[in-house]
Amino acid sequence: MKLEILHELNAERAARRPVILVTDTENGEQRLVKARDFAKDPLHAELDKQLRMGKSASIEAGGKKLFLNVCAPTAKLVIVGAVHISQALAPLARSLGYDVTVVDPRTAFASPERFPDIPLVAEWPDTALPPLNVDPYTAFVAVTHDPKIDDPALLHAFERNCFYIGALGSRKTHAKRGDRLRAQGAKETDVARIHAPIGLAIGAVSPSEIAVSIMAEITAVLRLPSKEKVEAA
Amino acid sequence: MLDRDEDILRAAEDWQKAGRGVALATVVETWGSAPRPAGSSLVINDEGTFLGSVSGGCVEGAVVTEAMDVIQSGKPKMLEFGVADETAWNVGLSCGGTIRVFVEKVG
Repeated sequence: MKLEILHELNAERAARRPVILVTDTENGEQRLVKARDFAKDPLHAELDKQLRMGKSASIEAGGKKLFLNVCAPTAKLVIVGAVHISQALAPLARSLGYDVTVVDPRTAFASPERFPDIPLVAEWPDTALPPLNVDPYTAFVAVTHDPKIDDPALLHAFERNCFYIGALGSRKTHAKRGDRLRAQGAKETDVARIHAPIGLAIGAVSPSEIAVSIMAEITAVLRLPSKEKVEAA
Repeated sequence: MLDRDEDILRAAEDWQKAGRGVALATVVETWGSAPRPAGSSLVINDEGTFLGSVSGGCVEGAVVTEAMDVIQSGKPKMLEFGVADETAWNVGLSCGGTIRVFVEKVG
């Protein structure tokens, strides 16, 4: 591997931008395809598929044996609300490989006793969220039930284009939330992006079951192609 | 999507910049039950120091030996390891899978 390619690869990874290294395994020739160039790449269908699955793979294309090495950023999960559901959600998400952070300005909720080993930020979203580098590889859930906390957090998630945005609350609660967010300048398409009621409809009752339904929904959004995604969620 | 091999490619770059001969070994294909998925990598320098893994320990010794050749020659190599192929390699995968490992020089 040429040093320039390796250097560029590491720079993209450090910036949390997905990149795929294409290697001709017969002659060692390599090229790096950055996320922004996927669409115009001759291998775009294969690149899209492998990136979505987060899997590297060997393929044959144009009579060549190619290895597609997928370097995608580690997914993050930001949970706004250090509530009972979050106590189940945080360790579950971590076991699925997410970097998890819990945000809640209410120190009685955001306590290390309730969230052993989970990074906690006991600040209001305006202070807590900007340093977390929320990005398109972040899943974002707002579960406080308190508009003073959830609303500004959701506005931040829209701005950062999170791949998944979910919020706790019934359809009725969510309709009111939509009105509030629009009043604060959110676009209709932003509001439509919120998964609410949160989680796949699996009849979840306990906090742990709700956590499973949320992670199932996040997984579906992450892994399924767009069309099936709509049907599942 | 979940990428935890960051330090390996970082080390490859750092070692190369520090003037070491460096090779990168990457699992490019797996069949059956293989210990590490495609994309797993091992970085090796000319002192024999290595970081990462391609098989969880079964064949790393052999990969390191081959990597030394690659650092010398500069020519990439494809290695194959599996229990069904005992004549080709002395080491194999106890899990019963087969893996192909692409070894290339860095720089």
